[in-house]
Amino acid sequence: MSDDIYREIILDHYRNPRNKGKLSNPDVSIHDSNPLCGDEIDIHLRVEEDKIKDIKFEGRGCAISQASASMLTEMIAGRPLNTVKDITKDDILENIGLMNLGPARIKCALLSLKVLKLGMVKYYSDKDPQSAKKLTDDSKLY
Amino acid sequence: MQKVGINISKIRQDFPILKRKVNGNKTLVYLDNAATTQKPLSVINAIYDYYMNYNSNIHRAVHQLAEEATFEYEKTREKVAKFINAHSADEIIFTRNATEAINLVSYSWGRTNVNKDDRIVITELEHHSNIVPWQILTQEKDAKLDYIGIDNNGYLNMEDCNRYLQSDKVKLLSISHMSNVLGTIVPINEIIEMAHQKGIVVLVDGAQSVPHMPIDVQNMDCDFMVFSAHKMLGPTGVGVLYAKKEILNEMKPFIGGGDMIKEVYKHRTIYNDLPYKFEGGTPNIADVIGFGAAIDYLKKIGMHNVREHEIEITSYAIKAIAGIKDIILYGPLDTNHRGGVIAFNIGDIHPHDLATIMNDYGIAIRSGHHCAQVLMGRLDIAAASRTSFYIYNTKEEVDKFINALGEARRIFRI
Repeated sequence: MSDDIYREIILDHYRNPRNKGKLSNPDVSIHDSNPLCGDEIDIHLRVEEDKIKDIKFEGRGCAISQASASMLTEMIAGRPLNTVKDITKDDILENIGLMNLGPARIKCALLSLKVLKLGMVKYYSDKDPQSAKKLTDDSKLY
Repeated sequence: MQKVGINISKIRQDFPILKRKVNGNKTLVYLDNAATTQKPLSVINAIYDYYMNYNSNIHRAVHQLAEEATFEYEKTREKVAKFINAHSADEIIFTRNATEAINLVSYSWGRTNVNKDDRIVITELEHHSNIVPWQILTQEKDAKLDYIGIDNNGYLNMEDCNRYLQSDKVKLLSISHMSNVLGTIVPINEIIEMAHQKGIVVLVDGAQSVPHMPIDVQNMDCDFMVFSAHKMLGPTGVGVLYAKKEILNEMKPFIGGGDMIKEVYKHRTIYNDLPYKFEGGTPNIADVIGFGAAIDYLKKIGMHNVREHEIEITSYAIKAIAGIKDIILYGPLDTNHRGGVIAFNIGDIHPHDLATIMNDYGIAIRSGHHCAQVLMGRLDIAAASRTSFYIYNTKEEVDKFINALGEARRIFRI
């Protein structure tokens, strides 16, 4: 029920998103949207020694998509970029504390992860197309 | 119940789905009628009867089943023609939906009649189905696409209208009769007259208007009109293209294949007469027959009564919604110029979150961009919630919806 979904922490991240904004000179920027809802997320990354040095997101959409993006940026900051490929759907749902989202809303929660993974692939493709190809071959990314 | 010419509690008994419970034990409150309407038992039974008793392909075989199926299929064409007062049933083409009907016009009529530097005029109110086909055509032909704007209340900017229709380069005006988001009903007769004075052909997107008000295409004098069966009690998979016979006669076929031909030789074909020339391949026979039952149902109620009921329930809902704090209502407030569609936003609750909360209470509303992103851009919003009514909706359902809006405010702590 909605009282369980829209808990204080979700509303807090929705109304006070962490790491929201642009980055000057990002190493990679990527955008995607959910055609059904129109939710939009942009993620900007700065990478140093293969670690996520800085991450910012921009976006508009529902509380779930925006809170999920905000919480993802907190979860991922400082981690090695290539570990992004291992983040699963359940990791995200656990991170936002909504394990039982219905099929209609789960895409909202997962949009930012999709964008982040697209960003990771783009970053490696720009540097070394061969290794990026291996990355996409190896894992079921999305 | 409501003081109009229809008995809503009696009507509701004809719709089995309205009895079902959703989300545990909540009675379904279906307020997403602009997307698709529910189906009365008579429509469901007509489809069932076809498959149970006379399923067969039409127009070709001489056996009894084929004769019966052809008769029922063609009877629906007659019913549709009468329903919109077309001059002849030959002017009614069955498609998959209104979208396909617009595409038929853009591919067939458009490719022949629109050339480099010509202009096509549409409006900011349009559904994607009345935008994208014209983008494809104008890009292919190196032609131009112009948009008639709207004012802040959702009315068409008539100065824009007048200005854009002045150019001799304009070949087509393609315009929604009623907005699927704002509910705006445009002054269609006046606009068509304006266009015809300049010799401009007019396509009317009636997807939202034909199901909800009396329509007379001869009086309106539109050249094309499109609409969909499933938004007027009929099944999905059936759309209608109405066009004046003299225009259809000049048009090239859209889909080539069986049934649209008279004689086929190795390197040439003589096409079939109207309307079959535009219905290549086996059509959606069962659902066309189901659509016939839907038209019977609407005729029995009377389209004036449908419109009256929607004016009453929409006025009631607008009044109730407007009294809620932090509400922004979009579109005309005068129900003389608005159909039974209400788009709105409330506080900082995103429409998808609102729809999720409404669903807890068994209430089905729509949220998102409503396939009208150009309009969303004009309104400077990413999304809106939308409630939309039909003949079976009651004021009690509006009250439930209003209560749920209060719950949404509580859950979002606003």
